[in-house]
Amino acid sequence: MSAGSSSVAARLLAPSRWRAWEIVAWLLIAAAPLLFSQHAPLINEVAIFALFALSLDLILGYAGIVSLGHAAYFGAGAYGAALFAKHVMPDPLVGLAVGTAAGALLGALTSPMIVRGTDLTRLMVTMGIALVLLELANKFDNITGGIDGMQGLVIGPLLGRFDFDLGDHVASIYSLIVLFVAFLIARRIVHSPLGASLQALRDNRLRVSAIGLSVQARLAVVYTLGAALAGAAGALLTQTTGFASLDLFEFHRSADVLLILVVGGVGWLYGGVAGAIVFKLMQDALSSITPQYWTFWIGLFLVVLVLVGRERLVRPWTWLPQRGGRP
Amino acid sequence: MSTAAQDAVLSAQGLVMRFGGITATNNVSLNLRRGARHALIGPNGAGKTTLVNLLTGVLQPTEGRILLEGEDITRLAPHQRVKRGMVRTFQINQLFDSLTPLQTLALTVSQQAGLGTKWWQALGRNRAVAERCEHLLEQFHLTEVMDQPTRVLAYGKRRLLEIAVALACEPRVLLLDEPVAGVPAGEREELLQTVAALPADVSVLLIEHDMDLVFSFATTMTVLVNGTLLTEGTPEQIAADPQVKAVYLGHGEEAVHG
Repeated sequence: MSAGSSSVAARLLAPSRWRAWEIVAWLLIAAAPLLFSQHAPLINEVAIFALFALSLDLILGYAGIVSLGHAAYFGAGAYGAALFAKHVMPDPLVGLAVGTAAGALLGALTSPMIVRGTDLTRLMVTMGIALVLLELANKFDNITGGIDGMQGLVIGPLLGRFDFDLGDHVASIYSLIVLFVAFLIARRIVHSPLGASLQALRDNRLRVSAIGLSVQARLAVVYTLGAALAGAAGALLTQTTGFASLDLFEFHRSADVLLILVVGGVGWLYGGVAGAIVFKLMQDALSSITPQYWTFWIGLFLVVLVLVGRERLVRPWTWLPQRGGRP
Repeated sequence: MSTAAQDAVLSAQGLVMRFGGITATNNVSLNLRRGARHALIGPNGAGKTTLVNLLTGVLQPTEGRILLEGEDITRLAPHQRVKRGMVRTFQINQLFDSLTPLQTLALTVSQQAGLGTKWWQALGRNRAVAERCEHLLEQFHLTEVMDQPTRVLAYGKRRLLEIAVALACEPRVLLLDEPVAGVPAGEREELLQTVAALPADVSVLLIEHDMDLVFSFATTMTVLVNGTLLTEGTPEQIAADPQVKAVYLGHGEEAVHG
């Protein structure tokens, strides 16, 4: 009996164990700023978008909450960090905490609007929230700088020692470390009973309430969590670029992050990271080949990816007709 | 309050449910004794599912009240009733398709053990949870499929998991909504055995079309017709009741297998 339950425990714990490829992947990611230091700005951007996509994955990929307005929390974190740096103190880590808290606070305040209703209402409500914030940031230009944004923000040295340099070397390492820490937290959550309940929410909300869980409370918790991580990503962008602008709240940010996640894989922790790498590298390469029309190729890629399917695209040999007639 | 209502684990008193001009449940009272094996039968459209939805909190009654162990739960949300020990299964499987049976049960057991929000601890890290899961998997013949995603399981296995999840909630009152509906003959016996072997201290309300199961399982019965309580009694009394024969058993094949 005890041998049996220990094997049951081992099977339950199996998904939370680190795989060899995961360790290799993170070592490669860690080596990137050293091996490709001339591309540090791109690495920094990839890390920030990977974190942003990870935050969307928790709410969309795991809990099944559709959103077209995730930029709201990204922007809230970015402006939170910018205002904090300008008016309070320039320390980046404290600023990051403030940006994360700003995202979380906005997430908690707006979550009552997304826990009810259907997917369509959620799409509209999330999009509406981002639009409202965009106009608020535009209107209160005495605080946010309005259309000009907040420029020339002074961010202090990291840990009081490492100054943010023009080549973005410190920035890229800083963003990657924050991404890794956020990933570790997300990984813990996903493999815990809380994480299992998120997937349960995506699969069948009726049953979730039938096992004694409040569906609305769980949705609010995960939405706030996703908003917090989006806020952290926004704070990183402000801190490493030194400015915040209305563009942070724009619809294309919400759409891009959804695209990144779909490219990388929804409901898979590495989806955000993989998607950010593929998307940003593709954007970078295509826009240098064809600066005017690169979105054409991104669009075409997206259509092919979704219609053919990621699995089959990565494994072209499965396109060949199978002998033996596997169904 | 009558003595029947005082002794009852679950007591529904004068439930009325109107949808616009239609009265789906018309002044239904029902008492479930501790350890009861009670069946609720009635032809299609009699209002059985509406009654289950009222008891579990999916619907709010227009009139009447529901007591669980003497506590008024009429206005509680479904998940709050589950926490107080009233658990249901569904007529149509409501499962977590992307989770395995083991993960589904571990989630449910963790929740009951108060570990549901421990985000830093991996599912299955707790020894008591793993042991309980193993016991449930064995009890419901799910051990050999415990690692497969629920969506690929055979229908009979999914039906077993449906009941296993409910039992993992440690119910005091269990509402079984047509547990053998649609189960092919070959997988039926396994399911009937597990239903018969439910813990004696759990009070069970069985909603069922299958008369073989009803008469082998239930010690008391309620017959519902057109949203109204027609009669109550032992299976023998019900089987002999001319009224029941007229409205229900008289339908023959359709009633038995519908």
